[in-house]
Amino acid sequence: MRMRNILSTAVLAICLGLSVHSIAQTAKGKTGTFALTGATIETITKGVIQNGTVIISNGKITAVGTNVSVPAGAEVIDCKGKFIYPGMIDGGSILGLSEVGSDPRTNDYNEVGDVIPQVKALVAVNPNATAIPVTRVSGVTTSLVVPQGGLFSGTAALINLHGYNPDQMFAGFEAVVMNFPQTGRRGSFDRRSEDDIKKAADKSLAKINETWDKAMQYHKLDSATKGKVEYYPQLQALLPVVRGERTLLVDVNAANDIKAAIKWVQDRKIKKVIFSGVAEGWRVADELAKAKIPVIAGPVQSLPTRESDRYDRPYANPGLMHKAGVTVALQAGDRNMNYRNLPFHAGFAAAYGWSREEALKAVTIVPAQLFGVADKLGSIETGKSATLFVCDGDPFETKTQVSHVFIEGWQIPMVSRQTELYDEFLERSPGTKK
Amino acid sequence: MKQLYTALLLLFVSVAFAQTERGNMLIKGGNVLTITRGNMENTDILVRDGKIVQIGKNLTAPAGFQTVDATGMFVMPGIIDAHSHIAIDAVNEATSPVTAEVFTGDAVNPFQVSIYRALAGGVTAVHSMHGSANAIGGQCETLKLRWGVKDPERLKMDGAPRTIKFALGENPTRVHGSGNGIVPRTRMGVEFVIREAFAQGKAYMEAWDKYNKEKTQKGFRGAPPAYNYRLETMADIIRGNIIIHCHSYRADEIYMLLGVLKDYGVKKVVFQHVNEGFKVAPELAEFGAMASVFSDWWAYKFEVYYSTAYNAAILVRNGVTTSINSDDAELMRHLYHEAAKSQKYGQLTDDEALAMITINPAKQLGIESRVGSLEVGKEADIAIFKNHPLSVYTVPMFTIVDGIVRFNREKDADDQRLFVDPKATIDVTLYQNLGHNHDNCMEGAEYETARLFGTFNKTEQ
Repeated sequence: MRMRNILSTAVLAICLGLSVHSIAQTAKGKTGTFALTGATIETITKGVIQNGTVIISNGKITAVGTNVSVPAGAEVIDCKGKFIYPGMIDGGSILGLSEVGSDPRTNDYNEVGDVIPQVKALVAVNPNATAIPVTRVSGVTTSLVVPQGGLFSGTAALINLHGYNPDQMFAGFEAVVMNFPQTGRRGSFDRRSEDDIKKAADKSLAKINETWDKAMQYHKLDSATKGKVEYYPQLQALLPVVRGERTLLVDVNAANDIKAAIKWVQDRKIKKVIFSGVAEGWRVADELAKAKIPVIAGPVQSLPTRESDRYDRPYANPGLMHKAGVTVALQAGDRNMNYRNLPFHAGFAAAYGWSREEALKAVTIVPAQLFGVADKLGSIETGKSATLFVCDGDPFETKTQVSHVFIEGWQIPMVSRQTELYDEFLERSPGTKK
Repeated sequence: MKQLYTALLLLFVSVAFAQTERGNMLIKGGNVLTITRGNMENTDILVRDGKIVQIGKNLTAPAGFQTVDATGMFVMPGIIDAHSHIAIDAVNEATSPVTAEVFTGDAVNPFQVSIYRALAGGVTAVHSMHGSANAIGGQCETLKLRWGVKDPERLKMDGAPRTIKFALGENPTRVHGSGNGIVPRTRMGVEFVIREAFAQGKAYMEAWDKYNKEKTQKGFRGAPPAYNYRLETMADIIRGNIIIHCHSYRADEIYMLLGVLKDYGVKKVVFQHVNEGFKVAPELAEFGAMASVFSDWWAYKFEVYYSTAYNAAILVRNGVTTSINSDDAELMRHLYHEAAKSQKYGQLTDDEALAMITINPAKQLGIESRVGSLEVGKEADIAIFKNHPLSVYTVPMFTIVDGIVRFNREKDADDQRLFVDPKATIDVTLYQNLGHNHDNCMEGAEYETARLFGTFNKTEQ
């Protein structure tokens, strides 16, 4: 009897077609050996492979190519007519640090204090944030989680969007975040006088300079005492930056501020620097290129910074900077949990003058290189982390469907709360009757 | 006396019409996406006096007609944004939970560069709405983006039906309940505020109807009821003369308003944002209510936490007339892309997706007989795209309003301002919010903003 019930349920489920999909889905990731066969593989670093196979085993890509044998026991996923891309890397988010934008109790990205590089994004990442599955099922597998506010906001962390604790999610890169003092207005509502704006910026810059000078002192003391220097958490967090071992991520947008930030960085001979945001980067692209400072540009879908600017500057900005010789990665930069739109930001940059190939690199191998994790992420190559996705078309095209996502070899369930609501409500039952 | 009014009205209307520029043109060789009558390759559109007069192959331009070469491009109706706050200098009259007596049409600003930027995204008409601070907000204005005109009246779409903003949930309860300590502080209070306004409006309407009926009788000596524009507006809603556009998110509050409207026999309602519309899609369809949604915005406040990007698809599949709106000067620049997201989330067809930014918002504004599709007799509001408008790689090339090219990418100059503030310093960057501002609806009612940056004084875009 029991067996018959199970059987009839199974038959029913198969007959229902679409709904069998949701019933069969498990919310858990699955690991093992997988063979993704017959796909067009955009490796990013080694060209496009037609009718190729990717073997995933023990979290890694163990083989890529057209002449690959499927290991015994591998789960074969037929990818005929489909495309494989490395997981997309978003260069700046608050994923896991925020649940509901307007509710401070659910927001952990903005600690009290102007100089707090010692507070770490990684410790506050909520692995179960609703937005994490929402983001990863779109092929965005990795994100730089960035504390906000103040001058030194904290330490950002690169995470893969799968795991049950932050250490499982950690993708091997941290950076100290600095907000370079703004001399521009924050918006039309910002009615401060130009004098007031300048005073505020000067005061902030003085504080940053003072902090840096102290950090230099601390570095000397620390070296002289072989690490027996007094506990000073702010300066301790800046030590690896001073020593060129850790990246300083500088958020800066206005042209004058970018120029000032370039000079600031050069004067202090800071070795590892990335600029983030760079809304007016196109205005000073040559300076950025000359200074060899890479950028994480975005959001691309944004308004021009000045009323007098051409309407499409934000769309064209990444391409214009790249053309001038700047290394450009991208970020969706959306504080409202739409990091899933990263491919569309890249697509807009490609529509407005950039090449699709370069835009694709800007969400894969370029950020991987900037973050020093190109040995693991950013391309489809043997030996790299199996962090990739399968889709039915160009990943920047709006209607493209992502069918499979792997993060460090884990096959990710293609569900999020947003798909679950779709499954429940597309054909609601009961309808309008009781 | 009545004849005099009619004569004056006619004079006014003719003056207004004389002022509106209407163009003659031939759009050659495009892939024409009519929305309502299918697609036609390599097809021409002839526009005379601002209206589409012919759609067909190998048409020739009469002498003096401008020719737009759309060979290889995609020609579709101009995009209509059913939820916008551009081109107006005031958004919220946040002084009372009910402000049915005010109009955004009184604050139209034709100089906002956001108008041009919207044109550059293929948008030809917008619904410039009152904000969401009040349970019953002000009346809204439907504008055509005739960038370049300096008279605010000439931006208005003459003859577009009247509309009014309602708002449910967190915004009115935050502004009035939490902010001012008056009803509504809860969704219970919102229901009561709206119900009370309808009750008063109905009583007012009945008093006037009674007076108007009795005054024609011989020997009538009574006085007219006291005139009250707020109640007059409520009465006009009950009479079916005004379309309600209701800011809403949660399923329960949407259902609540349907109940109130049923009690007052009000049928014309469009729910705005309506993030949880998918949960009550059968009820919306049964009522005949329409929905104007974001493609994918969520998580910015608690009432949008349980959202899904599949909302539009679920609503469409349940038979609800649905549009995709922006509520945002940035998002409105790529509504074609927002519509395409309904193909990612729910696999809507090209026609269904494009209808959500053309004919459906036209229906929601009551202007579908004039715009929203490419048909002979309709106004020549047309957007021309380099690639298919649902492709991420597309670029709007021309945007045409009333047969006049208002945006031409090839001839686009960098600085498009019509008004240059002589006090503005060039090298100070107007550093806008780079992400989306999800509380545009709360413009003018945001004490947080004022607290951070001093007096909130919106005098420019």
